[in-house]
Amino acid sequence: MTTTTTSLRPVAARPPSFGSWFSDGWITTRRNLIKIKRVPDILVFTTLQPIMFVLLFSYVYAGSINIPGSSYTEFIMAGIFAQTVVFGSTYSGSAMAQDLKEGIIDRFRTLPMSPSAVLIGRTNGDLLINAISMVVMIGTGLIVGWRIKSSPLEAIAAIALLLLFAYAFSWVMAFIGMSVRSPEVINNVSFLVLFPLTFISNAFVPSNNRPTPLRIFAEYNPVSALVQAARELFGNVPPGTPVGDTWLQQNPIPTVLIGIVVLLVVFVPLSIWKFGRVSTR
Amino acid sequence: MSFIEARDLVKTYTPRGAPVVRALDGLSLSVPRGTVTALLGPNGAGKTTAVKVLTTLIAADSGTATIDGIDVATDGGDIRRMIGVSGQYAAVDENLTGFENLDMVGRLYHLGAKASRARAKELIELFDLTEAQNRPVKGFSGGMRRRIDLAGALVTDPQVLFLDEPTTGLDPRSRIGMWDIITRLVAGGTTVLLTTQYLEEADQLADDIAVIDHGKVIAQGTSDELKSSIGGQRIELTLVSEDDTSAAIEILRAVASSELEVSSDRRTIAVSVVHGPAALKAVLTGVEERNIRLHDAGMQRPSLDDVFLQLTGHAATIDDESKKAS
Ligand SMILES: Nc1ncnc2c1ncn2[C@@H]1O[C@H](COP(=O)(O)OP(=O)(O)O)[C@@H](O)[C@H]1O
Ligand SMILES: [Mg+2]
Repeated sequence: MTTTTTSLRPVAARPPSFGSWFSDGWITTRRNLIKIKRVPDILVFTTLQPIMFVLLFSYVYAGSINIPGSSYTEFIMAGIFAQTVVFGSTYSGSAMAQDLKEGIIDRFRTLPMSPSAVLIGRTNGDLLINAISMVVMIGTGLIVGWRIKSSPLEAIAAIALLLLFAYAFSWVMAFIGMSVRSPEVINNVSFLVLFPLTFISNAFVPSNNRPTPLRIFAEYNPVSALVQAARELFGNVPPGTPVGDTWLQQNPIPTVLIGIVVLLVVFVPLSIWKFGRVSTR
Repeated sequence: MSFIEARDLVKTYTPRGAPVVRALDGLSLSVPRGTVTALLGPNGAGKTTAVKVLTTLIAADSGTATIDGIDVATDGGDIRRMIGVSGQYAAVDENLTGFENLDMVGRLYHLGAKASRARAKELIELFDLTEAQNRPVKGFSGGMRRRIDLAGALVTDPQVLFLDEPTTGLDPRSRIGMWDIITRLVAGGTTVLLTTQYLEEADQLADDIAVIDHGKVIAQGTSDELKSSIGGQRIELTLVSEDDTSAAIEILRAVASSELEVSSDRRTIAVSVVHGPAALKAVLTGVEERNIRLHDAGMQRPSLDDVFLQLTGHAATIDDESKKAS
C-alpha cells in the first residue's frame, strides 16, 4: 500500500449565512441554465411548439370556429399562452424525478445548503423557459394578426399573471415529481391531467355551448380563469364575446391571484418538506 | 463514546404489495476517530440504509446515531458541515462537466466563487481527470464518474468520509486506483466508514471491520480479531509421494477438529485444528518418525471468508464484477 499523504490542503465548510438561500438558489438556477444550454432540445421544443400551436389554431381552425363579437385569432391567443405555460411548468416535475433517479439529489441533501435551493433553482428554470415561450408566442401572434388592445401596463400584467400562475404550478409539479417512482410517470401525469384541464376549458372554444357537466367543469376550471384573465388584460374580450357566468369567470383576475397564493402557500412548504425526505434508491 | 456511534438503529420499509423489510434491525456500531471501519456484508444486508441514516438522508424509525456527539436526526445541518459522502451510485449532474460539478459543490458549501474554482481544479488534478474536466459527465466511464463523485465528497476537508461500495462495478485497474486514493486519504487522518461486499477490500483498507447481515452488526473487530474469534487454524501437508497418504491421514486425524480434506491427487491433505502451534509440532514429529517426505507443511489462520461463513451461516455473496476483479 502506498503511504504518500494526500496533497489536499484542508478547506472548511462555512456555515450558511442569512443570504444563503438566495445564493444557493442562484447556484442551482445556474445549473439548470447550463442544462438548457447543453440540451438544446428543450429550447427548440420550447420555441417551436408554441409557434406551431399559434399557426395551427389561427389558420386551421380560424375558418371553422366562429366566435361571436370577436375573431378566432383574437379569442385563441390567451388560450395558447395559458396552455403553453401550464405545460411548461411540468419540466420541474420531470427534472425532479430525473434528479432523484440519477442520484444527484443525494449529493445536494448531504451538503450544508438551504433545503429550498434545489427547488428554487428548478422552478426558476421553468420560469425562464416559459418567459422565452411567451416572447416567441407574442411575436408569432402579432405576425398572424393578433393585437394587444389594452394599455402596455395591462399587457405586462397579463404576461406576469400567466408566468406567475405557471411558476406556482411548477411547485405542484416539483412535488409530484418527487412523489412518483420514475420520470416517465410524470409524462403520463401531465398527459392525463393537463390535457383535460387545458382542453375542457375556455381556452380554445367558448364553454357555453358544451353539454352541462363539461360546461360546469370548464367554468370552475382554474385554467379557464387564467385564460379569461389574460384575455381581459390583453383587451381581447370585445363586446359580445361569450363569457361564463360563474363568479370565477366574471372575476378572473382575483380568482387567478387567489389561486396563485393558495398554490404557493400549500406547495412551497410541502415540496421543501418532501425534499428533506427523498433519497435515491 | 466513539466518534461515530450508532445505537439500536431500526429502519423498516413497506414496499407496496410486499412484506415489510427490516433494512436495519437494531444496528449498533462504533467508529473511533481517525480510523477506517468497513461495514462488510452481502447485498441487501442494510449497508446503504445504515450510511443513509448516518448521513442524514433518511430518518431511522428508532435508535440513535451521533457523530462527535452530534445527533444526526436532530442536528442534520451541523452533521452535513462535517461529513463527505460518496454514495453507492455516483451523485453527479450528467449535464455539467466534471469541473462544473465540483465547482457547484464548493459553492454550495459556501466556499465562495474563487475558492470553489481553485478547489475544483485541485481535485481534478488529484483525481487524474484533467482531460475529462471540460466534458459533460454524461460521456464519462464508470470509473471516472466514481472519481468525480468521490472528489465531490472531498471538496471540503471532511472530518468523516462515508464511502458506500466505492469500488463496486469498477474494473480491476480502477479498483486498485480507488484503493490507493482511499489509502492516501486515511494517511491524512480522515475518519472513514466504508461499506463493501468484498472481504479482500475490507482486509486491505480497514482497521476495523463490522460484519453486517440482515440489518445487524454481528461482529466487529480487526481482521485479526475476527479471524481468531472463530478459533483454530488450518494445517496443510503436501506429500512427495502418494504412498505416504494413509500414514499422513493417520497423523493428521489425531489432531483434527474437522473432517480431513484430501486433494484429488491424494497428495495434499488439510485439516482444521484447535491449538495450532502444538498441533503442528505433533504433526511434524509424526512425519519425521514415519519418514514421510514432504514438499510443504504449513499452518494458516482462517480467511475472512471462513469468518463470514461461520458468522452468517452463508457465504458472502460475490457478484460477477468481483469475480472478474479478483
Ligand atoms: N427504499 C426502499 N424501499 C423498500 N425496500 C428497501 C428500500 N431501500 C432498501 N430496501 C431494502 O432494505 C434492505 C437493505 O437494503 P440496503 O441497505 O440497500 O442493503 P445493502 O446496501 O447492504 O445492499 C434490502 O432488502 C432492500 O431491498
Ligand atoms: Mg448498498
